[in-house]
Amino acid sequence: MFDDKIAKAQRPVAIKVEGLRKSFGSHEVLKGVSLTARTGDVVAIIGGSGSGKSTMLRCINFLETPSGGLIEIGGEAVAMNATGAPTDRRQLERLRQSLGMVFQSFNLWTHMTVLENLIEVPVHVLKTPRAQAIETARALLARVGLAEKENAYPAFMSGGQQQRAAIARALAIGPKAMLFDEPTSALDPELVGEVLAVIRALADEGRTMILVTHEMKFAREVADHVIYLHNGVIEEEGPPSAVFGAPQSARLKQFLSSVG
Amino acid sequence: MADGSALSASLDLLAYSPPGWGANLLRGLGNTVLIALGAYGVGMFLGTLGAFGKLYGGPLMRDLLGLYTTMVRAIPELVLILILYFAVTDLVNQALLAMGYDRIQISGVAAGIMVLGVVQGAYATEVLRGAIQSVPAGQIEAARAMGMSPLLVARRITLPLMLPAAIPGMANLWMIVTKDTALLAVVGFNELVQESRQAAGTTKAFFTFFMAAGVLFLCMSLVSNQIFARIEAWANKGNKRGGI
Repeated sequence: MFDDKIAKAQRPVAIKVEGLRKSFGSHEVLKGVSLTARTGDVVAIIGGSGSGKSTMLRCINFLETPSGGLIEIGGEAVAMNATGAPTDRRQLERLRQSLGMVFQSFNLWTHMTVLENLIEVPVHVLKTPRAQAIETARALLARVGLAEKENAYPAFMSGGQQQRAAIARALAIGPKAMLFDEPTSALDPELVGEVLAVIRALADEGRTMILVTHEMKFAREVADHVIYLHNGVIEEEGPPSAVFGAPQSARLKQFLSSVG
Repeated sequence: MADGSALSASLDLLAYSPPGWGANLLRGLGNTVLIALGAYGVGMFLGTLGAFGKLYGGPLMRDLLGLYTTMVRAIPELVLILILYFAVTDLVNQALLAMGYDRIQISGVAAGIMVLGVVQGAYATEVLRGAIQSVPAGQIEAARAMGMSPLLVARRITLPLMLPAAIPGMANLWMIVTKDTALLAVVGFNELVQESRQAAGTTKAFFTFFMAAGVLFLCMSLVSNQIFARIEAWANKGNKRGGI
């Protein structure tokens, strides 16, 4: 483990969030939170509903506009003005192309087949030759166990299949890091396992990812670092063995006992 | 029983070559279809810009578009046609004369397309605005999250996704524009109704010619219905139960 830590310190920082604040009107959802994910890290963000965990994730790629703070992706700070609004649309678009986002409600494009979903951004944004994009997409679909479904429309697939397709779509852009926003929360219980298996395989191959989740057991197994958010502040963080095994704060203890 | 002879007289009047008036009616139908297609195209273009402008534009743009849709939808088409055809032509010509150019003669087809297109655009703005709002926000968010530019999101994601909600309203607008072409008769344009009226006035066979015009309008709408049904099925290919 000690060798691992030295190696870790030498890996480049993939995503860095510093002093992130976010308000909706007068309601402050994030009150200055920070996070560092080095290449290969799996960071899990946990917390109760309304704790700000999804907002924190969505600020990283500016789906929510921060109210202040600093966000660096691949060592490059996202240009923003004093109020947190991004000032360089092209830079933001370029940085977003290095982040694969997976949503709670899948958000596959329903007017396209699964294969068309996977090649949309590679072909139209990244200008990958179509044949090559299709080849990559087919390999990814085979990986998530959906090789047979490439011509299916999302509405005709189960939630678990849609989410696996959505993960493959995020991977298809060749992201440097993956962002998961409660990827199993909208799924029927019997479909959760197949999606977690895919995410676990990505973690095992050393992908950088930030994962907002309610699956505590899963977070404990795959994460290198766990952040517990409460009311917009980081109440406690550390390796999963510490956060789950020996929680310090009363709030985290109570949270962990309430979610089982 | 004069039925047999009356029918054959009517058919003679509708024959394609003179002394029948069939060629005139078909020429009128051709003009009607041409103007309807042109105006519908202009209307869809204006409507798409108007809908995106109303939803995503700044305060000034939203106010101007609000003025446009409110005024055009409040004023009877006939009045608008008279205003735009006579007043606007006159203004353009006065401006041209003031700048030392010659007067221009605006063609009936171009004027008809422009006038009805502006009217269609106002209604299409509202139809498409509603349709755009029906697009699930998450799907637009997914596109933005992967670095698509706003223009690409509109073209590749928002527009195709709003089609199922837009088509019923847009099909209505097409039906309306085919019939609104009849209003251009007031500015002397030879569309289907004007041709029928001339034929009826000359031959005094009013029933025959207005019936024929009605049947031609009906045929046009039946064909259109088929086409729109196909477009609707295609736009809904990703949806269950063929609807949103």
